[in-house]
Formats: sequence, structure tokens, C-alpha cells
Amino acid sequence: MFKFALGRLLQAIPVLLVVITMTFMLVHSAPGGPFSADKAVPAEVLIALEAQYNLDQPLWQQYISYLSDVLHGDFGPSFKYPGRSVNELIYSGLGTTAELGFYAMLVAIFIGVIAGVTASMRPNTMQDYIPMTAAMIGICMPSFLLGPLMVLVFGIHLEWLPISGWGDIPGDKIMPAITLGTGYAAYIARLSRGGMLEVLSQDYIRTARAKGLSEFLVVGKHALRGGLIPVIAFLGPAFAGLLGGSFVVETIFNIPGLGRFYVQAAFNRDYTMILGTTVFFATLIILFNLLSDMLAIWLNPKLRQQVRGESS
Amino acid sequence: MALLEVKNLQVHFHTRNGVVKAVDDVSFSVDAGETLAIVGESGSGKSVTCYSLLDLLPKPPAVIEGGTAMFDGKDLLNCSHSEMRHFRGNDIAMIFQDPMTSLNPNLTIGEQLVEPLIYHPDKARRKDRATAKKRAIELLDEVGITDTERRFDSYPHEFSGGMRQRVMIAMALINEPRLLICDEPTTALDVTIQAQILELIKKLQRSRNVAVIFISHDLGVVAGIADKILVMCAGKAMESGDTDSIFYNTQDNYTKRLLSAIPEGAKTMKNRAQPDTLVEVNNVRTWFKDYSGSKVITVKAVDDISLTINRGEILGLVGESGSGKSTLGRSILQLVPTQEGSVVFDGTDLGSLSAREMVPWRRRMQMIFQDPYASLNPRMTVFETLAEPLLYHGLADKNNIDQQVQQLMDDVGLARAHMRKYPHEFSGGQRQRIAIGRAIATKPELIIADEPVSALDVTIQAQILDLILNLVERHNLTMMFISHDLSVVRYISDRVMVMHHGVMVEQGDTETLWANPQDAYTKALLKAIPLADPKSERSRLSAI
Repeated sequence: MFKFALGRLLQAIPVLLVVITMTFMLVHSAPGGPFSADKAVPAEVLIALEAQYNLDQPLWQQYISYLSDVLHGDFGPSFKYPGRSVNELIYSGLGTTAELGFYAMLVAIFIGVIAGVTASMRPNTMQDYIPMTAAMIGICMPSFLLGPLMVLVFGIHLEWLPISGWGDIPGDKIMPAITLGTGYAAYIARLSRGGMLEVLSQDYIRTARAKGLSEFLVVGKHALRGGLIPVIAFLGPAFAGLLGGSFVVETIFNIPGLGRFYVQAAFNRDYTMILGTTVFFATLIILFNLLSDMLAIWLNPKLRQQVRGESS
Repeated sequence: MALLEVKNLQVHFHTRNGVVKAVDDVSFSVDAGETLAIVGESGSGKSVTCYSLLDLLPKPPAVIEGGTAMFDGKDLLNCSHSEMRHFRGNDIAMIFQDPMTSLNPNLTIGEQLVEPLIYHPDKARRKDRATAKKRAIELLDEVGITDTERRFDSYPHEFSGGMRQRVMIAMALINEPRLLICDEPTTALDVTIQAQILELIKKLQRSRNVAVIFISHDLGVVAGIADKILVMCAGKAMESGDTDSIFYNTQDNYTKRLLSAIPEGAKTMKNRAQPDTLVEVNNVRTWFKDYSGSKVITVKAVDDISLTINRGEILGLVGESGSGKSTLGRSILQLVPTQEGSVVFDGTDLGSLSAREMVPWRRRMQMIFQDPYASLNPRMTVFETLAEPLLYHGLADKNNIDQQVQQLMDDVGLARAHMRKYPHEFSGGQRQRIAIGRAIATKPELIIADEPVSALDVTIQAQILDLILNLVERHNLTMMFISHDLSVVRYISDRVMVMHHGVMVEQGDTETLWANPQDAYTKALLKAIPLADPKSERSRLSAI
């Protein structure tokens, strides 16, 4: 397994290099610069600013020096938050966004798997149609619509839950987590229904029933493990997507997370901030994909032994 | 009173295309210690009959429309869900056809074995895990698995097909059932393994006095083990009676047809081999790297094989699964790269040709594959399938293609009216006719037929075998006929070659080899063939 993980991490290096290069080129080819939106600054101040951030050098030189900084784990200084480095900014928002993502993931898995498994047990009946229709709505419902709706209903009308903030008032984490998790819950519901339907039609499920096992054991012990493989494969990209997509929810509920920086950086042409967050998210996506692949392998005894055999 | 008494069972499938009467008014009974064989071709309703007893049919579409199945004073067709759970695995156990898919690949076999004991529906009879494990290991020993303490924690993929079926049998017996239902338990297995499994089932039945319902499409398999037989066709019971009366004194036309379709005895057509050699295989080795295990293994699929096939000859190639017979066939046609050796076709070394130079040679050698469901392109009509090789090799042009394809369809016995139909509109036998038509379209000299009849029912198999013999004669074909079924090979070939683990162990004139096999493996193989003759079969089984 270690060898497998190492191989995949080595493959990630060229991927990251491409991500950095492409983003670098895109950012610098976009019209405007980090200081062009401000009120007119004297030319000598602009020159001084550009010199300070090495923007006066040829593009290839900027690229080389940026690469070498990234290699040292330094994403450089932010252009828009003077005196603060991109590393600091990512670090300051990361904890909150990770926590939000984690709760949203729990919501997604919990609701999604239960809905999907329930639907798969009686396909093409009401027990299937109701959760699957709900899932379809969940997929179609964007979080910028669901969030304000929930705020209106549960926050303002019913006054059950606080409408913004993060960790200030008890219960203020519930609505953001549900808003962010719902879309993914819907995907997971459809994936687990499909996976379970396939496994439930396998011969070994018939064997388990013929042995006299209860339906609970047949589904929970014999079918679930194989049926949730597609869900596990989806978890990696889903978690990365949750983190990347958190900015809408963070904006709606006024949460001091990472997502906000990402969007603001793009508007501000904050070159280092855009690059830094992009590389950071790319790394996360690669890592989470690797983790979910490793989990899928570990759950399959044949693959598990194969991988184990190769590394020993 | 019989242990199980089924009366007027009716099972219908409500499909989009209407109601299919899968089981139509079938009655039978089984006593303790007795073996009832239910025999029929695919779609006869034999499996559906048995699945309905344990409520294992997918509902919908299946609906049990009527009938009773009295077991122990209770009606199996009309009992609650929890009552059914008490029958399942406890009083009535089941063994399934395909041991490769019938065990859960995600759980160890030990875990799957102890489940019926530790989750027994009757709480009083539940065992703790340690006791259950002890019992499971005893049973594994009894069904002939070695090193059971260690194997207990192995996963199904670590066992061969025969060993998995032994595990299935142990699992079925763990609660000491009174009725054992075996659904084609040996169909997916090699003939030597089949003989072992049949013997094992027979032995366990005797020692435990359980009743057995044995489902099979193969009359030869049931001849030696059944006390009585029920013959089914298209959902209906055609005939039932004790084994001897069915085999020796049948009154039913369908049973007669089934019995006469079993390939028996020697080839009746004369040997048409001519003195000149068409194919010469010299010391061919085809090795693969297998990455699926924990270590990369070199599989010597074909290891140093030499043979010749004379023009007009039918060479039978026999071996069990994994013996390398299909790989040898493909190596001859240059469909897989070989490591060493040469294949000389009509004086030309095929290995020395480039892919481009090979094209005109491809026309002269064709292949028929095992599975007519998978080997025809589902998006091409019969016409397109048959016309493609003709046009590609320039054997027909736009003006005469219709006529040529019609000629081919006549040759293989397909009605011309079917020309614009797609493969899914045909039965298995008809599809194999299309595949044969495709193979002979280019007027080849050599045809390699890789298990062309093993996916077919026995009555269809007989028709296809006769078609092949007929075509060989009419088109002056040379053929290599690959099969695991020795009776089929004997029926069709002039000369036989036996392969085992990639090596040729014996070859010779068919009848000489049958009468006097030299190699120990050939002897074992010939001995394992089940005969459709109860008397000789019983004496054979007791001799093993």
C-alpha cells in the first residue's frame, strides 16, 4: 500500500506543475493588475509597488522565482493584504472551512447512504421513487438558493436556528452544513442506490438469503460493502469539491473561511493569492482522491492482497 | 408421507411483453434419503421451480399463482417471512450453479460458513463463534478441503472453482438440513472435478439420509445419482418416473429427443484427411505474465507444443479449463503473440509475415467462438455481419452481395427472411449458425472452432454438430475442434489431442485413444465422463 501511495504522489508532481503553469499564465494574461483597481496612484508609487513584488521583472523570471518559492513551501506575500503572506491567510481560513466541509460531508454521507440504500431495497416502488425524487431536487437545487430559503424558513420565520456566524451561537453550524451537504447527499443517494442495486442482484446475495439470514444482515453485511464502492470512489473528489465550493455558503452565512479569500483574490487580481489557493486546492484534490482510492482497495480483499503483495 | 410434496405449482413472470408461464402445473414429491432429478433445457422452468420453494425468486416480476408445497405439514408457498427464514438454510439448504459468484467475495469463507449457526433464526439453536468455527472446520475437512484451520480465514478468490463448490456444500450442510436442493452444482466445473463433486454429494447424502433435489440439463450427470427423474420443458412436466424407466422405457417424445441428442459413440462419417499437411505447429510456446496474484507469475499457457493437421482432417483438442487449448487455437491463428516456435500454414511461416502481409492469409483461416451471445456485434444485422468479411476480402461486390449472403444463410440453415434482423432476435442455436456463417463466408481452408457448442442446449448442440460435419464435408474444410466435452469431441473428430497444463499429454486416432489411453491424465479424463446410462453409471460411481 505504501508503494502504491508513493507512486501516486510521484505522479502528482507533474500534475501540480501543469496546474501552477496554467494558472500563472491565465492570471497574468487577464486584463488589469493588482493595483489598477485602486484610486489613481502616482506613477512612482506604482513603480515602487511593482518593484517590491517583483512585478517589474520579465514574466519568465517571475515564474521561476515563484516556482522556487513554492518548492520551499512559500506562496509569497499577498498583494491585497499588505504585510500578510498567502500561507498565513490560507492557514487562518483553513480550519473553519475544513470543519464546515467535514460536517457537510457527514450530512451528505448520512442522508445519502440511508436514502440510497432504502430506495435500492424496493426498486420501482414508492420507497424508491420518493427518496430518488428528493435526490433529484437536491441535485438541481443550488446552494445559493437553498441557503437563503433555509435562512428564511428556519432562521427568520420559525426562529429555530441562528442565521449567520460560525461557532458564536450554539446551532449556527447546522444550516451551513446542511446547505453545503445537500447537493452531495443527493449524488451519494443516487450512487449508493445504483451500487446497491447491482450488488443485490448478485448470486451471493441469493446465497445469503438461502442461508436464512435476516434481511438486515443480507443488506447490512453482505451487500453494503460492495454496494458502497462507488460512493467511496466519489468521496475523494466530493470532499475536495466541498472545500472549493464552500465560498457560496461562507458568503451566505458570513463564515470566516477559505472560500471567501479565493473569490476575493480573483476579483482583486491578487496574483499570489489566486495561485496559492489554486495550488493548495489542487493538492487537496489529489490527496483526497488518493485516500478514497486507498479505501476502495482496502475494502476489496483481492486488491488488498495484491497491493500488499507488491509492496512486501 | 413424503418429506416434500409439491402439487400443481404455477409460477408466472409478469414482464413488459406479457405473462410468461415459467412453471405451469408441476407436481412432484421427495422422500427422506431420496434423490429427485429435475432435468430440462434452459428455460424449462427447473430452477424457477426450486427457487419458488424457498421464496428466492425476484418479485416482481415473479408471481406464484397457485399450488402447494407441503414440507413438514407447512405450505412453503404460503408462509410468513419469519417462518420462511426457519426453513431456509435450516431444514432446506441450497447449492448453486456458479461457485465463482455464489460466495461473497468480500467476506472470508469462514465468516460465511459460520453465519447460519451464529445467526440461526431459532435463538435456542444459536451457537457462539468458537463452537461454530469448530463445526465449520469439521465440515470443511469432511468435504475434502485441506489445511482447514488456515483456509478458514481465506477469501473465496483464493480457492479454485471445485474447492469453492466444496465450501458451498459445507455451508449448505452446516445446519444439517433435511432437504438439499442442488441447482446445476457441477455445470460450471471441469469433468474430473464434476465427478468428485457428484461423488461427494452422493456420499454426504448417504451418511446423513437427506433428501436431494438435483437440477441439471445433463442426463448423463443425473443417470448415476438420481432415484427418480422429472423431465421439464417450457414450464411443463413432460414425464416423471424412476430413473431406469425414464432412461430405458420412456413414453414421452420430448424425453426421447433429449436422450437421442446426447452425443454418443464414435464419429459416423468417414475420415476425410488427405495426405498433405495444411498446418504445422513447431514447438510453440505462448506465455503470459499474470499480474492478478500477489506475485507476477509467468503462465505457460502453451508450452512447447508441436502438431500437424492434414488437409480435410478434423482434429479434436481436449482439455479442462486453463489447459491452454484456446490459447493454442489463437496462437495458430496468430491472434496472440507467441514466445517461441513457428506456425506453418500451407508452406508459409505465419510468424514471418507482417500484419499487412497477414491479411490474405486471414481469409484462409477463420474462428468460431464459444459464446454466440458475446461474439456477434449486437448493432449489426445478420446481413451486415455476413457481408462484412465478403466485402473486406473482395469476395463479393455491391452487385452480388445480396445473393452471396443468401447463399451463406442457406448453407447454415437460416431462413432468408431473417436477413435484416439483429442478433438479439435469435435463439442461441440460431446465433451460433450466424457465427458459423460468418466464419465460412471467406471460404476458408482452416476453421478453429473454440467450444462452439458448449453454450447450447443438448438438442441444439446435436443440430449444430451435424451442421458443422455437413459443412466440413461440403466445403472441404480442415478443422481444429476445441472442447472440454469428451463425448462431443469423440463424436466429431478423426484424431484427438489431449492438453493438460499447457502441455500435450497424448494424441492419436480418436477410437484408438478411447479404447486404449496411455497417459494417466487421459485415463482419468475418460473415466470421469458421465454416461447417460443408469446401470453402467451406478457401477462406475461405486468403483470410483
